[in-house]
Amino acid sequence: MKSVVITAAVLLAGWIVAYSGVNPGDRAPDFSLRNVDGSTVSLSDYENEKGVIVVFTCNPCPFAKAYEQRIIQLHQKYADKGFPVVAINPNDAGVSPEDAFDKMKERSTDRNYPFPYLKDESQEVYQSYGATRTPHIYLLKNDGGTFRIAYVGAIDDNAMDASGVSQKYLEDALASVMAGDSPDPATTKAVGCTIKAKS
Amino acid sequence: MFDRDLQLNKKRPGDVIIMMKYITVMAVLYLMLQVKPAESQEITRIDREGITMITSRTADTTYVVNFWATWCSPCVKEIGYFEDLHRETSSAPVRVYLVSLDFPNQVERRVIPFLKEKEITAPVFLVTDLQYNEWIDRVDPGWSGAIPATLIYNGEKRIFLEKEISREELFEKVNQIRN
Repeated sequence: MKSVVITAAVLLAGWIVAYSGVNPGDRAPDFSLRNVDGSTVSLSDYENEKGVIVVFTCNPCPFAKAYEQRIIQLHQKYADKGFPVVAINPNDAGVSPEDAFDKMKERSTDRNYPFPYLKDESQEVYQSYGATRTPHIYLLKNDGGTFRIAYVGAIDDNAMDASGVSQKYLEDALASVMAGDSPDPATTKAVGCTIKAKS
Repeated sequence: MFDRDLQLNKKRPGDVIIMMKYITVMAVLYLMLQVKPAESQEITRIDREGITMITSRTADTTYVVNFWATWCSPCVKEIGYFEDLHRETSSAPVRVYLVSLDFPNQVERRVIPFLKEKEITAPVFLVTDLQYNEWIDRVDPGWSGAIPATLIYNGEKRIFLEKEISREELFEKVNQIRN
């Protein structure tokens, strides 16, 4: 009997760990992080927007690089429509030196990021969202002053080649949100680089 | 030049020496060619059907399917453990499959040189199906898509790990499935 209780407790603990993070419909966790320009950017700064495209991304991951231009274009296309991009780098610089704050500054300057590029120094933000890889997208919808998760997953279905995309998951989700509907699919999966946790 | 000398069939002492040199050169070339095939590690390209196939075999064998890529540093770190497992279980009912998620246009430039450098002999697959969302759940519904990820299975017994694995843990999990 005792072992059954212990097993159940272990399973429950495993379940809680495995399912930490947010799903579509959940309230979006707030954040307040340092931007590459030295300022602090919070989710609450966006209260007048219709939503936010939160992108967990990083410098060296080939998938992040492959999507970099597409993320810039998304911001250029949707910021004026009320859905700006906020990029968050969740990688620990000790494990991944290329993701150090100075390297983030360099990259965002070189590539002219038109959006904030924030450092999740404590790594609490990516964990609160449940992000596991880069790039990992969370589309937030402003629901009467509360940001809620509308879509989680990939940008589209061809990381290697933007011209070979057949399904634009994120843009389809944005269209649904703008039309007042729920995105379908509300979640997608993609291959990506593991987020580098502090060791 | 050798041919002409031979055709003339003149019995000069030099002919024998030339012949010997010719045979030596040919023998050396032959040996070099024999050594060379080690470079051509065969890579099997698979789409979502192929992925389903290698992750749902029904033989009474323990299959170890590791998803990796040359750009993934934890994958590179652990790939030697899988190669060791492959070599050490060559006569056991264990099959190790290394499934690369490198972009298909990186095979010549990155994947092949990497396999050569690491002296990989375990079977290598390359996923050509980039619509990840269409097949990730087929491997395991709990997989988010981050790598390294490893599936160890024998029939209904399955262990799926979305994380870097140590040598000890790999061998331990394999034994767990085998027993």
